[in-house]
Amino acid sequence: MIKTDRLKAVIPVLDTSEPEREIKGRSLWQDAWRRLLQNKAAVVSMVLLGIIALMAIFAPWLSPYPYDEIYWDYIQSPPNWDTAHWFGTDSNGRDLFIRVLYGARVSLMVGFLATGVSLIIGVTYGAIAGYFGGRIDNLMMRFVDIMYSLPFMFFVILLMVVFGRNIFLIFIALGAVEWLTMARIVRGQTLSVKRKEYVEAAHAGGVSNFKIIMRHIIPNVLGPVIVYVTLTVPQVILTESFLSFLGLGVQEPLTSWGVLISEGAKLMEVAPWLLVYPAIFLAVTLFCFNFIGDGLRDALDPKDR
Amino acid sequence: MWHYFFRRLLTAIPTLLIVITIAFFMMRIAPGGPWDQERALPPEIEANILKAYDMDKPLVQQYFLYLGKVLTGDFGPSFKFKDFSVNDLLLNGFPASLQIGGIAILLALVVGTLLGSMAALRKNSATDYSVMTVAMTGIAIPNFVMAPILTLILGVYLSWLPVAGWGDGEFKYKILPILSLALPQVAYIARLTRGSMIEVLHSNYIRTARAKGLREHLVLLRHALKGAMLPVVSYLGPATAAVITGSVVIETIFDIPGVGRYFVQGALNRDYPLVMGTVIFYGMLIIMLNLLVDVIYGLLDPKVRLQD
Repeated sequence: MIKTDRLKAVIPVLDTSEPEREIKGRSLWQDAWRRLLQNKAAVVSMVLLGIIALMAIFAPWLSPYPYDEIYWDYIQSPPNWDTAHWFGTDSNGRDLFIRVLYGARVSLMVGFLATGVSLIIGVTYGAIAGYFGGRIDNLMMRFVDIMYSLPFMFFVILLMVVFGRNIFLIFIALGAVEWLTMARIVRGQTLSVKRKEYVEAAHAGGVSNFKIIMRHIIPNVLGPVIVYVTLTVPQVILTESFLSFLGLGVQEPLTSWGVLISEGAKLMEVAPWLLVYPAIFLAVTLFCFNFIGDGLRDALDPKDR
Repeated sequence: MWHYFFRRLLTAIPTLLIVITIAFFMMRIAPGGPWDQERALPPEIEANILKAYDMDKPLVQQYFLYLGKVLTGDFGPSFKFKDFSVNDLLLNGFPASLQIGGIAILLALVVGTLLGSMAALRKNSATDYSVMTVAMTGIAIPNFVMAPILTLILGVYLSWLPVAGWGDGEFKYKILPILSLALPQVAYIARLTRGSMIEVLHSNYIRTARAKGLREHLVLLRHALKGAMLPVVSYLGPATAAVITGSVVIETIFDIPGVGRYFVQGALNRDYPLVMGTVIFYGMLIIMLNLLVDVIYGLLDPKVRLQD
């Protein structure tokens, strides 16, 4: 708009053409977004995930019961609409519906925060290694290779056992595990982006390395990174549930899907609802993230256009 | 080839050292020790126990003592399983873990590749969609959820299979753990194979093979499958690692006398030598398997020559 206005001011002659015929440019991201919206599975997943997230956020207002209150009259009672124990109650007589929602809070929070940690470390590390190249790259990536071959889950389990179950420790530990792949992806992309003309131009213009990485490299490697993020979040949620299942996750009375599933698994013969509801929530969430990740990959990958 | 192999073997040594070091110090700076009980031990006895296990020496000295012992292949005695050395426990547990994990990986590889190829060959057909739906389910339902659900259906409701335990190692006791471990990997491998198979089927050398009149099954078996297997082979490293960590949970759920169960128990009991032993053992296993995968990859893909 501004450009044409200026042109009009400079060359009034140009103004003869009809002003309506203006072609609105579409950015790469708008393109990708339109393609994503055509993917039914991805759209349904986004809606479902949105609902689950909203339910988690507004959990206290959705049920008449608090998550840690014990109801002695309703111990391990099956789902019942009359008493508003929609998902039944657990073996301690707590309302399962609200506990599943509080579990969603913990699981989703750990998922996003740990992914955030891995995103920050991975992108910075990968961009630096790829951008500077040479010996620095070699050294940094060799380090990643070594970290890769460590039995990380065992360290995370050890960490939990050793330092007690601490929710912040969980997401830092998980983020510290997940950044490796992120760093590799970003480095690979950076290697190709840094040969582009605009980076050369920035160099010639005397822009500092830091600024080039922040303004030119990172924004242009975001495509694959976003796809990987949507696939990391379910991975982290899964790992957190795994730890909780082993009894190493968050502490009572707080809960997460993994804790609920492990409690449910112990009682599944007498009270299957304790296993079924949290398992459904976990599975649906993982489904949704995977579908969105797939959809994003298709939308951002120009090969399949 | 051999040169590459040996160089990789050499880089495995520092990696293992890092594993040992991290595990050792993490376990030791933890609050609480193996002899913390409700009733405190008399100080003289505690001092004697500490002395017997060399734990009265400075930490760094203990570290080097331990390292020396590990180099000779001795993981020391277990604190909690009295009269057993860690070596005994690992050797006793490994056959069960190996059977479960090994069969699960093989099953995942065969079934996953088969399903993935079928889906790719009939792209966008009912077969494709059903295989991919099943695969998505396998990915979205983690093994610790799959295990109780399978137990509930096959063990409790239908009572076809034993719910848990090992018996005398009869096959029927192994079916549920193997299935629970294998299903998520089947799903991943099927998806991987489908993707790469579709790409390979569009490539020039497949067109050439067809153009020179090769029969379709030969084209698929001899040419397409080899190319399509590459991503699957490189996924085998992470897959075995996933199966190994997964077996920790599966062995606990099904009460299988394997190595994974010792790890969890050992960590909770602060049984230092047992935890260290399992971590080092699994670390070695994962590193070796990764090396093996890389070598196989090099043999399959002529573009990745294993020089220098």
